[in-house]
Amino acid sequence: MERALALKPDLALLARKLLPAFSLLLVVAAIAWLNPRAISYLGFNLMLNLAIPIILATLAQMFVMAGNDLDLSIGAFVGFVGCVAATWLNEAPLLGAAVLFGSILVYAGLGALIHWRNLPSIVVTLGMSFVWQGLAILVLPDPGGAAPEWLMAAMGFAPPFVPFPILAAILIAAATHFGLMRTSYGAILRASGGNAAAVARAGWSLLRIRMTLFGLAGLFGVLSGLSLIGITTSGDANIGAGYTLLSIAGVILGGGEFVGGRVSPTGAVMGALTLALAASSLLTFLQVPPDWQIAANGAILILVLAARVLIGRGKAA
Amino acid sequence: MAPSSGSPIVSLSGVEKHFGAVRALAGIDLQVARGECVGLVGHNGAGKSTLMNVLAGVLAPTRGRIAIAGSLEEDWSARRARMRGIRCVFQELSLCPNLTVAENTRVLHAALKGFGWRRRAARLIADKLDEIFPGHGISPSAPVQDLSIDRRQMVEVARALTVTDEPLALVILDEPTSSLDAHTAGQLLAYMRRQVEAGLSVILISHMLGEVLDHSDRIVVMRDGLAVASDAATAFDRARLVREMGGEDRAAPDTAVPASARGQAPVRVRARPARQSGGPALVAHKGEVVGLAGLAGHGQTALLRAIHDAAPRGRGGITVDGPVAFVAGDRQSDGVFPQWSIARNITLRSLKALKQGPLIAPARERELAEAWQTRIAIRTPDIGNPILSLSGGNQQKALFARALASDAAIILMDDPMRGVDVGTKLEVYDIIRQEAANGRTFLWYTTETEELMHCDHIYVFRDGTIVADLARGDLTEEKVIQSSFQEAG
Repeated sequence: MERALALKPDLALLARKLLPAFSLLLVVAAIAWLNPRAISYLGFNLMLNLAIPIILATLAQMFVMAGNDLDLSIGAFVGFVGCVAATWLNEAPLLGAAVLFGSILVYAGLGALIHWRNLPSIVVTLGMSFVWQGLAILVLPDPGGAAPEWLMAAMGFAPPFVPFPILAAILIAAATHFGLMRTSYGAILRASGGNAAAVARAGWSLLRIRMTLFGLAGLFGVLSGLSLIGITTSGDANIGAGYTLLSIAGVILGGGEFVGGRVSPTGAVMGALTLALAASSLLTFLQVPPDWQIAANGAILILVLAARVLIGRGKAA
Repeated sequence: MAPSSGSPIVSLSGVEKHFGAVRALAGIDLQVARGECVGLVGHNGAGKSTLMNVLAGVLAPTRGRIAIAGSLEEDWSARRARMRGIRCVFQELSLCPNLTVAENTRVLHAALKGFGWRRRAARLIADKLDEIFPGHGISPSAPVQDLSIDRRQMVEVARALTVTDEPLALVILDEPTSSLDAHTAGQLLAYMRRQVEAGLSVILISHMLGEVLDHSDRIVVMRDGLAVASDAATAFDRARLVREMGGEDRAAPDTAVPASARGQAPVRVRARPARQSGGPALVAHKGEVVGLAGLAGHGQTALLRAIHDAAPRGRGGITVDGPVAFVAGDRQSDGVFPQWSIARNITLRSLKALKQGPLIAPARERELAEAWQTRIAIRTPDIGNPILSLSGGNQQKALFARALASDAAIILMDDPMRGVDVGTKLEVYDIIRQEAANGRTFLWYTTETEELMHCDHIYVFRDGTIVADLARGDLTEEKVIQSSFQEAG
């Protein structure tokens, strides 16, 4: 029996979905207007140089936020992964890989601890941020080390026509969208953020869900650290310092919310791209002096997030 | 009548459940036969919800035995209950607002996975909705957060009745019609009866006694964690049910203002729904109880909110004369502050009056809360306890106290009696009458026709407009239903 399932496009929902794409287009348009030459293969490669690690860190944060938690340690964790990649992974690949795999398990374990003891995730992850940073300094006391050859080769990949960061962003967005939004277990993961009690009553293990979400955050944190080291070629314990707030802002900018399991992988990728572009390229083209760039960065963040709140409110009314 | 062949689908014997020193279930026995609808009634706090949670495997009983279809269950859990075909429609909606209707169906069914699960889930829930609520207008791809509360309840009920790989033997419906209007409630109850004839067992928990009397085969009355009466539904009437529950049946008091008095007292509120350009406006005078009737979700709540926003002086075509207070219907999401004490929840609307310099005077705060605790009979050993320690009915009383303790001259009520027990309702009706006699004005949206009998004047809503304006003397249930279904024009 074939039946039209009343696929009435929901306008409010559509607006919510289009907002991240709109803000990304706005930033790209501003750059194109300021400096048309930037809109080229080489230009995007330069501008989006650091976009891939930011995207991956944002997605790590998104998984945690899907379960109504917050990860304040992702930046320090990315730094730790970077230090391991620039030392052990290069010198003793087996040990390095084992440490990275172990750190994903630690992340899943944090999810278990948070669930089991009913702890606030911000407290646990804030504590862990110091642990990761301390470990990173132990592994690599001074900036240096060297990224494995294969990692640099992978990040230096230059596909024809489409700049690598854009291609990677599309592939990552498609993969995480499929995993979280289209698979049947992805629906359960999001459901835990929407109504945890109902999910438990339906017979699902909230412990397993939390561990999965945190484990995925750990996995994407590892990928973020690896890709970052592949680009910078050497490590530094503080290399991921800005990533924690950047990742949260990316998720929110991408249409996600702090509670309620409302997240969007494609939105988060676009949010991360917007921030990556607005953070450096746009400001440079606007000829903001380097001393003021961090402050200007913050101002852009506030503006963009405020616009999101305003537009969201306008739609609700 | 129910067939009594074979062993009962569910048999509880001597089931007890203790929460600390509180015995929510005190050794209850309950049998439900195949193809039988058992109505379960009782005050809030009688143990109905606990019993249901034990049956659904959410709570483990402290003592007692559970047998399903004749076999004793040793390791009872939510998963096991589902495997044996027991489903629950919980009173607090248990949908995930961030997921679509189809995805919510998936949450209930572990079997909906693999390739094409989204299409199968959408088909499953759409077919069930069509079957129970023809003409429901709900799209399986709509996020639940965008649905109105009555549609959410329809999805909730339909979802519980969908079948994949697990059997469906017994459905527990806890206040399934509390957010539905008369028409959809009728659809649901008729469907339930058809399924019962076909062999499904149902436990129907409802505060709407007429619903239980008309649609059950047998009625079990609970009081203090025990089944105090169990008999064929035909052996009960309203008065006997109320008596067994430990309440007393009182007729609606005939203390309404005579129709001639209307128009002499000053007008407190004059408002028209936003979608309506001409026609009758809602008018409320000082000391009146004005009812907003009609099918659920036809603009009553929207108008109450508009009046609230326009207070205290009026705005945009809405005249309001005096401060207002709002009593929320959806108390979990709009009403209580779950982390706060009962006292704080009550005094919230009156903090300005409780100030001493820039600070709140704790003594005055406590005094006000205690005064209203006594006045409105909130059952708690200590007003400083967390609000969630109260039963649902008492939480609602605290919300009434919040509005009544304030300086508000106009009280807006958004179907506040949803899922509240009869005893509490009767007490609150009395207080409303007293407060109205003291000069307060009540605007009361209700989905229960019985409650309209307590109003002096009734406006019936349809599609966001006022379609009828009835004085109390003219009010009959038939008239309200008639106006609710007539096309506006």
